[in-house]
Amino acid sequence: MSAPFDILAVAAVVLLTLGIGFYGLRLARTTSDFMVASRAVSPLWNASAISGEYLSAASFLGIAGLVFAYGADMLWYPVGFVAGYLVLLLLVAAPLRRSGAYTVPDFAEARLASPAVRRLASLFVVVIGLLYLVPQLQGAGLTLRATTGAPVEVGAMLVAVVVTVNVAGGGMRSATFVQAFQYWLKLTAISVPALFLALAWQGDGTPDLAGPAGPVFRDTTSVRLDSPVRVEVLEPVVVEVTGSGPRVLAAGEQVLPEGTVVFPAGAAVPHIDRIEAATGDTWASPLAGAGGLEHPLYATYALVLATFLGTMGLPHVLVRFYTNPDGPAARRTTLVVLGLLGTFYLVPTLYGALGRLYTPELLLTGRTDAVVLALPRALIGGIGGQLLEALLVAGAFAAFLSTSSGLLVSTAGVLVQDVLRGTVRDFRRAAVVAAAVALALALAASSLPIGQVVGLAFAMAASTFCPLLVLGIWWRGLTPPGAAAGLIVGGGLSTAAVLSTLTGLADRGWPAALLAQPAAWTVPTAFAVMVAVSWATADRVPPDVGRTMLVLHAPEALGLNRPR
Amino acid sequence: MRRGGEFYSPAMGRSLVVVLALGLVLVVPGVVLWRAVRGRRAFGTPAEIATHAALHEASLASPALRSGLTADAALRSAGHLRALLGSAAVALSDTAQLLAWDGTSSEHATRAHELAAPALANGRPTVQRVACADPDCPVRFAVVCPLVQGDRVVGALTAYDVVASPGLVRATAEVARWVSGQLELAELDESRSRLAEAQVRALRAQISPHFVYNALTAIASFVRTDPERARELLLEFADFTRYSSRTHGEFTTLAEELRSIDRYLLLERARFGDRLQVVLRVAPEVLPVAVPYLCLQPLVENAVQHGLERGRGSGTVTVVAEDDGGQCRISVEDDGAGSDPERVRAILAGTAGSDSMGLANVDARLRAVYGDEHGLLVETAVGAGTKVTLRVPKWTAGVRAS
Repeated sequence: MSAPFDILAVAAVVLLTLGIGFYGLRLARTTSDFMVASRAVSPLWNASAISGEYLSAASFLGIAGLVFAYGADMLWYPVGFVAGYLVLLLLVAAPLRRSGAYTVPDFAEARLASPAVRRLASLFVVVIGLLYLVPQLQGAGLTLRATTGAPVEVGAMLVAVVVTVNVAGGGMRSATFVQAFQYWLKLTAISVPALFLALAWQGDGTPDLAGPAGPVFRDTTSVRLDSPVRVEVLEPVVVEVTGSGPRVLAAGEQVLPEGTVVFPAGAAVPHIDRIEAATGDTWASPLAGAGGLEHPLYATYALVLATFLGTMGLPHVLVRFYTNPDGPAARRTTLVVLGLLGTFYLVPTLYGALGRLYTPELLLTGRTDAVVLALPRALIGGIGGQLLEALLVAGAFAAFLSTSSGLLVSTAGVLVQDVLRGTVRDFRRAAVVAAAVALALALAASSLPIGQVVGLAFAMAASTFCPLLVLGIWWRGLTPPGAAAGLIVGGGLSTAAVLSTLTGLADRGWPAALLAQPAAWTVPTAFAVMVAVSWATADRVPPDVGRTMLVLHAPEALGLNRPR
Repeated sequence: MRRGGEFYSPAMGRSLVVVLALGLVLVVPGVVLWRAVRGRRAFGTPAEIATHAALHEASLASPALRSGLTADAALRSAGHLRALLGSAAVALSDTAQLLAWDGTSSEHATRAHELAAPALANGRPTVQRVACADPDCPVRFAVVCPLVQGDRVVGALTAYDVVASPGLVRATAEVARWVSGQLELAELDESRSRLAEAQVRALRAQISPHFVYNALTAIASFVRTDPERARELLLEFADFTRYSSRTHGEFTTLAEELRSIDRYLLLERARFGDRLQVVLRVAPEVLPVAVPYLCLQPLVENAVQHGLERGRGSGTVTVVAEDDGGQCRISVEDDGAGSDPERVRAILAGTAGSDSMGLANVDARLRAVYGDEHGLLVETAVGAGTKVTLRVPKWTAGVRAS
């Protein structure tokens, strides 16, 4: 399968990103321009940049894939990704901006005057940064495989190299403009094809998206399998297997061999064993456990907690708020961000729903994350379908590049400053190290759904930095030992959950549910430990906590937050 | 479709095992750590434990005393000093009054300063009997030791107990000497910050009279031909002088500093016209970064001087501020005559003449605030222009713009 348009699209996005990064800033500006620019990067511009950096592979590909496979419950992902900004706005944004801290480790040191807590926080910035980089690289590999047939490693390596060159070469020194451009590219790339797909669906006579039947092959469909797949067959069906002729698949568990399998029109789609077949109405109703998700009520609440509280702890999110000239502008920006992100997240759901009608074979192969990319060819086809696919590929690469760049800048910055102090003094070398580690992890964990890995990164951020930030800003009783204990327990528990999920330690029942969505128990535990240990060590409350609190909470205009 | 509801099952049993195992994995290192931290005092011989206790009390008293001999510092350190001496009560006075009393029988506090007077007057330790009607009162003797800063008596430390044993007298003398040492360090801290302030003041006073003269002359030339522009320039001039001579705060934001530079360049361009080209490239991300007040202005003034005033036709001054991971990188460049690297080295070392005091001053202040690796980086050669680069961490403990 060759896809000249897709390769062109990837090349164009890569060149544009590098180009804007390296040359955008070189356009000399006169002083009067600067005066305008220095007073304010306008809230819309700024919000575009924040959204551009935030919309990752999970948003672009993962959500549609999750909705496609697991139904209505997965709508909490986009809701949570946006609502996280609301929580950030309400609880953290303004005080943090007043504190002058650029990163969570900065905040920890400013608030608690403890280098030890700072180092601990730095460690978690790096862990979360890497954990969040992994799905970006995975997504890139997956995109190139789905569209051009290249091995997964190629896409992951391409993005890792481009991002490292960009970051280490100084292309992100004026990231605002690069990222703002990326947002509009992503919005265009996902909504224009969606519009055409919706029209094509109408032209097809608007078939029911959530009917009583399960997914069926609408036409005679040939499915290519790169490796043998274990599937659950619902109704007996006669298939054509290349090389061995017709074969009857009996109901029950079957193993399909490597090669091409042709299904007749109207046959029910056998699902890969980790996804359970669901009828349209189960798929569309909340808390029904479509796709075989166990304990959906628990999973939903845990997901809500992780995404609502995790956004504030992502390393690349907080930094962006400093581009605002003052507090009110920061609030206006956040409002625009909510609008921009909300608009974007309306679209992936459509892909998930249409996927059940037009690309059900992905439920058989298990490559549900590719649903966004597969739809244009399946539904529209021809040169139009190929062009739309190329647009989607461009958007997806914009997503990988922008989020990875932001993450790499933040992670490498912390690496240089705190973690590798004395061994690596150079920001560029730190960027290379971080990218290499992330690439290795991505290649090792390539079988996991993107959305899930991102969910784990959020859960870890929510169980470490959320308690630190919220208690640090709103409770004067927080002590350095309390903060450290909370970080260790919250981070330790969520790390254990992440590791056991990645290694597939528990795959059924409550353990699986608890470990796959750990936030519901790790976040309260982290809060409780932080509060309890702080109470036990009440004599260690920093002596100047009153002044720190004044700096954090007094409006700037009062001038109370001057030093001394 | 499955719903939650299997409250006991083999799977549940397995999950309990997993949870317990995870719990153990997390709790055991926690307990070990706790023992290591809490149980530290239980190790060692009695002498080691006593030494550790004394050093610990001293280290607790030290931060308060490092702010000088004030009532607040005396109040916060007196308890630790009493624990160090093991006496019934301790009093700290300065030359004028009693600052703090810690211990039993605080009714004796009223006479404490009186008791300290001889020691304050002649700078020698004294031992005095304390008159008290209560036979159970432990305050019987007072050991007064003067606190000395340089060669001046600044206060007294008094220890009260039932008997004035030689041990108590010697211990009081030693503790008084240690407190004196802390107070001298406090004075050192203070003089260091005074020096930094003086450096800023020196810079403030350095707005060149030539610049004022030239700017006013340039403005005067517009008064008839373009009164509106003359008015605007005058206002810019007013704003510029207000910023450059403000009296509070050691730090400002990069945005403020750049705005002031912009005004300065506007005035210079009114004078030089098209001969002075200015290029400003500023990444908006770094505008809120806190930087030392007036850390860029001297560099830009130098660049304009070197780029233009040495009789060349025209020159370009380029100011760039970029985001660089955890740091902000700012460079000021001119395409003027450049200078000998040896000369620049001499200027930065403070051994050259006075005409480039600004450069050395900025360098010294950057090093004082951020450490030696954050000094100015100057790239220059004769005939090749000059580029001065500084790297400022976006956040440093204790550095906030005001």
